[in-house]
Amino acid sequence: MNLFNIIQEIENFDPEVAGRLDSRRRVFKHFAGFGKKLALTAVPLALGSMLNKAYAQTNMKQQVAEVLNFALTLEYLEDEFYKAGLMAMSGNLIPAADKPIFQQIGKHETAHVNFLKATIPTLGTGAAFTPVAKPNVDYTGSKNGSRAALLPTVMTDYNTFKAVAQAFEDTGVRAYKGQAANLVSENAILDAALQIHSVEARHAAEIRRLNGKKPWIEGNDGGGPAPGITNAIYAGEENTVHAGFTRAQYTTMSDTAATRAFDEPLAKETVLAIAGNFIY
Amino acid sequence: MTKIANPDEKNAGLIKTIAQPVGRRSFLKYTGAGAALSTLLIVGCDNDDDDMNGDGVNLGSGDIGILNYAYALEQLESAFYTQVISTKFTGMTAMETEILTEIRDNEMIHRDFLKAAINAKAPGSIIPNLTPNFTAIDFTNRNSVLTTARTFEDLGVSAYNGAGKLFTDTGLGLDLLLIGGKIVSVEARHAAMIRQLLGSATAFAGDDVVSADKGLDVIRMPMEVLALAQPFITEKINGNNLPK
Repeated sequence: MNLFNIIQEIENFDPEVAGRLDSRRRVFKHFAGFGKKLALTAVPLALGSMLNKAYAQTNMKQQVAEVLNFALTLEYLEDEFYKAGLMAMSGNLIPAADKPIFQQIGKHETAHVNFLKATIPTLGTGAAFTPVAKPNVDYTGSKNGSRAALLPTVMTDYNTFKAVAQAFEDTGVRAYKGQAANLVSENAILDAALQIHSVEARHAAEIRRLNGKKPWIEGNDGGGPAPGITNAIYAGEENTVHAGFTRAQYTTMSDTAATRAFDEPLAKETVLAIAGNFIY
Repeated sequence: MTKIANPDEKNAGLIKTIAQPVGRRSFLKYTGAGAALSTLLIVGCDNDDDDMNGDGVNLGSGDIGILNYAYALEQLESAFYTQVISTKFTGMTAMETEILTEIRDNEMIHRDFLKAAINAKAPGSIIPNLTPNFTAIDFTNRNSVLTTARTFEDLGVSAYNGAGKLFTDTGLGLDLLLIGGKIVSVEARHAAMIRQLLGSATAFAGDDVVSADKGLDVIRMPMEVLALAQPFITEKINGNNLPK
């Protein structure tokens, strides 16, 4: 039995198999140790086990990369939004007093973009581990003029700009929260995702304050100038059941109070549908 | 894990590991190691909740230990804001009163949720009510109250951020990871608001708490968090059995 013939055979339907195995040197060693002790007939079993491990780990890493690429799309959307807002109307869209707030937020979004771009390729090689390209953005929601603008004044009216900023930040919080469970195989990345998640929440709180709202979300109240968009962003925030516990099982306070105390996740598809309004 | 291929080294590694405080995740790596380990695992989980043996309030181990850890922090925050509202600092505005009252309510709901969850998932494992030690805080003084609030909120954010990876990767652990996520972003909202009341325009996510180059919030492991929280708690908190 020739191990390398087998791997060459596998290469016929999976050209990346050598890469997968090469990145699993430990499994290789494990296999080499087995080879001395096992009867030749047991080798195919050990080989199968080795490949299962290699493929399972690759799949986990692909899942993590997929989450990070999803996050990267959102971070691009935020980063470009603040860059555009800070420059809009010859730099006069945002009042001078509030500019440091948006510069600080924008600085973090740029850092998140760079962090995600640098992290995704560390998980593996090939298309699945390539950072997505920066999307084409149109914050009016007209998809580059192909449909009526949803928010025609987003870059000319400060209140509209702030409302959209709140929408992005509150959506970002929900998006990261919804993906945490898909990152548990990579502790360092789960750490970083949670660290980004709480930064987005700090941003959201501050922008809500600028909009005259409480920093936390009560019920599913989103407000904002475009209910058609913001309803989807806040749908489900009124939930009071957590890990199967109903509100009455954990507090005597009101449902309204309970909704303030917990933020809710949002499914990737829903987030992408919201974000899709601004991407063409 | 490379040691597992050699049975002798595996056993040596196991003994060495168990002699030290062991993280849940480390334990799981050795689940195939046999019955002796199972016994040790059960003993490891059988912790005392009280101060009878002089090692303080033992938070326990595994997922429930992490819940007790969060429960201890939420008890501390709840007690703090209850005091803040019952003895308001000089000049507390109507807006500040509303904000601080709602933060108090949020913390009490977090505390009571964790209590309900621990009692349902692991009856008898919950830590007792803790006695706060707020002697260092001047509750009549706005700056003293708000700087302490900032400390507690930033600490809470860093604690939940660090605890995410300590939950088991399946079943209950995944549920609890999500719960932690639902709570931590509310703590971050608190932190941002308190910081805004205290500081400059960018304090809500200032460079002192969010790294300027990476845009990452603070993250702390339980032992570091407990060391920072301990001065505000009368009982000695023992987190030695928590996952690491």
